[in-house]
Amino acid sequence: MTGQTLYDKLWQAHAVREQDDGNALLYIDRHLVHEVTSPQAFEGLRLADRKPWRADSVLAVPDHNVPTENRNAGIADPVSRVQVETLESNVASYGLRFFPMQDLRQGIVHVIGPEQGATLPGMTVVCGDSHTSTHGALGALAFGIGTSEVEHVLATQCLWQGKSRSMLVRVEGDLRPGVTAKDVVLAIIGRIGTAGGNGYAIEFGGSAIRSLSIEGRMTVCNMAIEAGARAGMVAVDEKTIEYVRGRPQSPSGEMFERAAAAWRDLVSDPDARFDRVVEVDAAEIEPQVSWGTSPEMVVGITGQVPDPEQEADPVRADGMRNALTYMGLTAGMAIRDIRPDKVFIGSCTNSRIEDLRAAAAVVRGRRKAENIQLAMVVPGSGLVKQQAEAEGLDRVFLDAGFEWREPGCSMCLAMNADRLEPGERCASTSNRNFEGRQGQGGRTHLVSPALAAAAAVAGHFIDPAELEG
Amino acid sequence: MQAFTVHEGIAAPLDRANVDTDAIIPKQYLKSVKRTGFGPNAFDDWRYLDAGEPDADNSRRRKNPDFVLNQSPFDRATILLARKNFGCGSSREHAVWALDDFGFRAVIAPSFADIFFNNSFKNGLLPVVLKEDEVDELFRRVGQEPGLRIEVDLQAKEVRVPGGPVFHFDLDEYRRHRLLEGLDDIALTLQHAEEIRAYEARRREEAPWLMEGR
Repeated sequence: MTGQTLYDKLWQAHAVREQDDGNALLYIDRHLVHEVTSPQAFEGLRLADRKPWRADSVLAVPDHNVPTENRNAGIADPVSRVQVETLESNVASYGLRFFPMQDLRQGIVHVIGPEQGATLPGMTVVCGDSHTSTHGALGALAFGIGTSEVEHVLATQCLWQGKSRSMLVRVEGDLRPGVTAKDVVLAIIGRIGTAGGNGYAIEFGGSAIRSLSIEGRMTVCNMAIEAGARAGMVAVDEKTIEYVRGRPQSPSGEMFERAAAAWRDLVSDPDARFDRVVEVDAAEIEPQVSWGTSPEMVVGITGQVPDPEQEADPVRADGMRNALTYMGLTAGMAIRDIRPDKVFIGSCTNSRIEDLRAAAAVVRGRRKAENIQLAMVVPGSGLVKQQAEAEGLDRVFLDAGFEWREPGCSMCLAMNADRLEPGERCASTSNRNFEGRQGQGGRTHLVSPALAAAAAVAGHFIDPAELEG
Repeated sequence: MQAFTVHEGIAAPLDRANVDTDAIIPKQYLKSVKRTGFGPNAFDDWRYLDAGEPDADNSRRRKNPDFVLNQSPFDRATILLARKNFGCGSSREHAVWALDDFGFRAVIAPSFADIFFNNSFKNGLLPVVLKEDEVDELFRRVGQEPGLRIEVDLQAKEVRVPGGPVFHFDLDEYRRHRLLEGLDDIALTLQHAEEIRAYEARRREEAPWLMEGR
């Protein structure tokens, strides 16, 4: 018998029932809930006169609609306000754990789950949000679901799932200085494409992935969905176990040691077989900048905007032409010559303490460039914000002319007041550069926190390593 | 949920790859707490020339005459013809609700993003995967003959073009059965309630830290 992959192990441990057709009823350990994708699910539950199967499996938080400044004034937009109030009334009526907007523990759902120890190795984690893949960094099976499935999990604690194929993305070697987890995952997406992971669960492995912190692994797993895979994951190692230890909802004492012993088995067996293996040389990855309207449209900082006329596939070439028109760029232009109007440091991809430290290290002692109208830093949670302030990072940003905001999803998808105006160009540490994502007509370039910070002080895209010394 | 057996209708060609769910229904409409009413804002950024807001009167907005769904007869289309990786990006089921509310019953593409594909079945919208050259052929036929009515048959797992080719598609039996019957997923799953409870009891022994409800 061949060995099992990490995905096989997680799948097997959660299969309540397996059917001959390959579908299984999977048990869900943790259900994260936010205000945007849950109201219709709670309504459905109520209409059918059902109750949550296991209320204690739910952690709910408002993050998409919350304002990032002047929070004491509440939510100005009445439609947004109703959505957050609807969540508040739903969690109250079913007795679900909830961090309201004013709670220090409030933040982006994918930041607070691991931060609270609410997501643990070996869990199945779902949320009505595609970036749920983030939690796979802890050795969990975590994936985004739609609202009908949110209702299904609330009512049954389970989901019917077909098993995905397995892919190993192995990144071996040493990353160059200044190359971060974000650059790694953007380079992977550039390589396999946004549909490359469709139908797969991706395990990220290799020495370069193991060398990343847990936060860095979260950044990588977060964007598995941008490679088309619902789930991304990294095997458990001692870093994982130390990360989880002592968190508010983690097990403690003897129970922690018992859990940790089980977690150490959450690795793919040496003889496990994957349906597809992608090898990436870490040393070849340079800081990445997306130039188009899909995360696969990405190049290194020393590169140029590509030419659609050189593309053989007509559908792809068309997509490239559309993207260049939308982005206001011309083929052959050096990435370094692109000048953003705004800089956004935040989102479930890059708003953890390590991200803010990396950005602050570039910004320290410098000023935002003249052409940058707004540079904003939005911490991923109230606790990240508190930690950053304890380290003086808020002063570093404020002294450089940046804005220091309250936690939430903010300008990653612009459901609150933070958004781009038509034609504005943004260096963004978020995850999607789709048309209109950050505001109708807005132009997004996906980058790492260090590169976003470097663009803010230089006024154009530049390798952060060049600013050192 | 509405069942799907056979549907015949006009197919609209949306000739772009990687159509994401932000494009299908932009973020400002996600603030709704309802499941209905998203149709007028399906593909909002492409469909209208002015910016849209949730409370706007869409009938007074300027439509983009170049967008396929604003052109007759495609404004009456019930089948959407699309390119690879349709529905990528966000998990928002609002994208499916918007297509359904517009009047679409099926989407035909060479591939779909996983979450969108899954969400479609929960709402009686049938995503049909055909081979790339078959989709090319459908684009060609619809291009030559706008208003061509295509038949999508879930029973026979076929896409039929009048006087033209018949394309077969595959679909797992579980999904097909539920869609043919329009079954309520939750009620079916709750038939296994005893098994779920037995699993929980076992897990409480094996991995109590997962079941403690801290």
